[in-house]
Amino acid sequence: MKSVIFRTVAPFLTSLMTLFSIFVLLRGHNEPGGGFIGGLIAVSALAIYGIAHGVEPVRRAIYFHPMAIAGAGLLAATVAGLISLFARVPFMTGLWIYPSLFGVEIPLSTVMLFDTGVYLVVVGAISSVALSLEERGGE
Amino acid sequence: MDVAALTFLALGLPFVAALVAPVLTRFLGHNAAWLLAFAPAAIFVHFLRFVPEIADGEIVTGGYAWIPSFNVSFSWLIDGLSLTFALLISGIGALIVLYSGGYLKGHPHQGRFLSFILMFMGSMQGLVLSDSFLMLFVFWELTSITSFLLIGFDHGREAARRAALQALVVTGGGGLLLLAGLLILWNVSGITQLSLLLSFGAELKESPFYLAVLLLVLGGAFTKSAQFPFHFWLPNAMEAPTPVSAYLHSATMVKAGVYLLMRLNPVLGGTPEWQILLPLFGVATLVSGAALAVRQTDLKLMLAYTTMASLGLLVLLTGLGSPHAIEAAALYLVAHALFKGALFMVAGIIDHETGSRDLTRLGGLRSAMPLTFVIALAAALSMAGLPPFFGFLAKEEIYGALSGFDARSMAFAALAVLGNALMFAVAFAIALKPFVGPKVETPKQAHEAPVLLWLGPAILALKGLSIALMSGLAHRLISSPMSSAIAGEPRTVTISLVPHIGMPLLLSAATVLVGVVFYVNLDRLRAGMAVVLADIGWGPDRGFDQFIRGLLRIAVAVTRRVQSGKLDVYMTVVFVLVAAVLLATPVLYGELPRAPFFAADVPAHELAIMAIAVAGLVAVVLAADRLTAIVSLGIQGFAVAVIFLLYGAPDLSFTQFMIETLSVVVLALVMTRLRLSPSDHRPLHQKVPDSMIALACGLGFGLFLLRATGTPFDATLTDFYNLYSKSIAHGANVVNVIIVDFRGTDTLGEIAVVMTTGLAILSLVRLRAGSLKRGTDERQDAEERA
Repeated sequence: MKSVIFRTVAPFLTSLMTLFSIFVLLRGHNEPGGGFIGGLIAVSALAIYGIAHGVEPVRRAIYFHPMAIAGAGLLAATVAGLISLFARVPFMTGLWIYPSLFGVEIPLSTVMLFDTGVYLVVVGAISSVALSLEERGGE
Repeated sequence: MDVAALTFLALGLPFVAALVAPVLTRFLGHNAAWLLAFAPAAIFVHFLRFVPEIADGEIVTGGYAWIPSFNVSFSWLIDGLSLTFALLISGIGALIVLYSGGYLKGHPHQGRFLSFILMFMGSMQGLVLSDSFLMLFVFWELTSITSFLLIGFDHGREAARRAALQALVVTGGGGLLLLAGLLILWNVSGITQLSLLLSFGAELKESPFYLAVLLLVLGGAFTKSAQFPFHFWLPNAMEAPTPVSAYLHSATMVKAGVYLLMRLNPVLGGTPEWQILLPLFGVATLVSGAALAVRQTDLKLMLAYTTMASLGLLVLLTGLGSPHAIEAAALYLVAHALFKGALFMVAGIIDHETGSRDLTRLGGLRSAMPLTFVIALAAALSMAGLPPFFGFLAKEEIYGALSGFDARSMAFAALAVLGNALMFAVAFAIALKPFVGPKVETPKQAHEAPVLLWLGPAILALKGLSIALMSGLAHRLISSPMSSAIAGEPRTVTISLVPHIGMPLLLSAATVLVGVVFYVNLDRLRAGMAVVLADIGWGPDRGFDQFIRGLLRIAVAVTRRVQSGKLDVYMTVVFVLVAAVLLATPVLYGELPRAPFFAADVPAHELAIMAIAVAGLVAVVLAADRLTAIVSLGIQGFAVAVIFLLYGAPDLSFTQFMIETLSVVVLALVMTRLRLSPSDHRPLHQKVPDSMIALACGLGFGLFLLRATGTPFDATLTDFYNLYSKSIAHGANVVNVIIVDFRGTDTLGEIAVVMTTGLAILSLVRLRAGSLKRGTDERQDAEERA
């Protein structure tokens, strides 16, 4: 993409959108949002960066292969389900703990881990397709 | 441990041994066979303990419930018939394992081979001991699969691969017929256990389904036991290493069909159909098998064809069903297992020690291999039916069963004499010709075989002699219970080694006489047979190839018709079907929605959004180039997302926004990769039908949605989730709670699908890029050469 404005704005836009996607992921249990939507937002962020600067910088920026990210997500989601087996409750039962950090109570749960898994799978799988399409599109 | 648990263990033990066989062989080499033979030997001992009980007329059943809701169990039935088979399988199995240790000494895949043969043993054992239909079928097909592995063991050779495939297609296909037969039987009787079925014979024979059951069961049995015209896989199976042939022919797979017929004799037998079909196929198999055996010069092939003949004889006897015939079948089955196992192993020894098993290139081995010669002679005497061997008893009983003065008996007797005389000649051709006469040079320097090789056949040959000498005991313990099981009522076998004056002796004498004549003129007979066969030319073996070729050709033609490989054809088919389903269903079932009405007071902003959506659609249709069309489609999607937002579904609209954005991006990327022309240049005669299909689909979806929203809304689920999502799942966002908590397992499956789809698309993209790149490279190479 030749537009200077777009090239300049794209990194900021991407970082903002990625942050926002994590925000959306984390608040999903109580407000609109969640892993799936968050993942889609993150993919859009990567797509913008890719269109502006090309695929190589994106691949460098996310460091891991997108499919590895997706695989890690699937693993996280499965583990989230399996943890409940160790607590002697049925597979995929949500478990919650409330540790407090600096006086603030932080609710943590296997459900959270599961949603993060969904997020990673969506980011990994879709961005892997988008990136590989973009990669040789210009040839 | 109690008997039931031990029996269960015995059923599983061969498979366990199969698992450890490769490991043991790696550490111990061919000596692992000594250890592995303990598994079948232990099973043999276990079943030996049943002998007195069964001889007293008991029947032992046991097992565990498997699928109780369908009344299916994992259960076994031990009576005279299955016990005899189990003893043969485990006893000969132990000898075969030892023999394999010697025969395949130093073979790189010996461990694998031992593993296969133990699995085969386990399948066969399970088959004969099964009481439940389903278990019987599972083991039946397992024997087909394991024999496929064994026959194709030498998979580097094309002939072995073909033979393995052929055996699998024929016997496995027959197994499917059997399954159909058993299912009908199950349906008609409501019984799933063989032991209970015995009391159902009379009702079954009057059922209108009797003939169907009979034909299907015969289809299974005849293919498995290589009855004419399904015999061709059996000689081809000689591609397997000799231990397999010895086992397959003596105790196991080819006898499975005969076993089934014997097992079902009390239930299905005794009807005119049974008494016509079985003897007819049996006698055809007997004569053709014996005649084809004479034709061969390869030791293993000669033995293979005589097995076919013997199986024909067994089917003939089972079909006749008279007391004498049943007893003869029981005796002959055991006798055949013993002498055929021994002879096959002898053939293997000759092959192993001389490097050839062609009858015309062997001779004068008696001084080099005296022990093998004695074993071969003993087995051949039993096969020829001469005293004092067990084969003699069987043959006398056979002739006793066939001696009658009606035309049917006389015809069968004459054909049986012919078949037996041919087998007599073949038996001595195998046992005498390689050993007597002047010494012939062989590829390898012949010398006596090692103990692992001769031990098995020696024991079998000795057994053939000893049970004949102690016939009283053998009859009481084995033959009588077995005949009783086949007949379905108590029977006592009494035949002894004393010659029986009368018709049987006369037929015996005729057999020996004709047999000697055949033996002396064997070369001339073989030449004559070759001419006859050459004149016939076509045979079932070639027919099989034609059948497979035809099948492939049909498959290719159908595939070409259905899978045209053109994307637009697939798309058209899919969308036409969608439109048809959506439109035809409501019309046929009178489920058309009532005409929608619009409220008079639609707010202005909602109207505006709808206008934007429609404008987007119009833009798609009018767009001059494809990129514009794709972006315009996005307008419509955003408008829908706004509608979701207005009606209180922020999650949904959020997702819709992202999906629309990404799909525009991805579509645009795909377009640049496919290098489509920027605009749509299709001729009118394509555009019109395509737009018709699109309109039909749209109309169908519209009607469907109107109808769906027209039905009163059931709020039970909504109430449930609203009520419990906070208290159970600690979440206020019901949609998210459903996705990650209430229906989390669904989501887990879905993200697995997303990931798999991603992988598939990725590999497709790579594949295409790779082929493009290869294409350019090749062009460059060509240019450089030029």
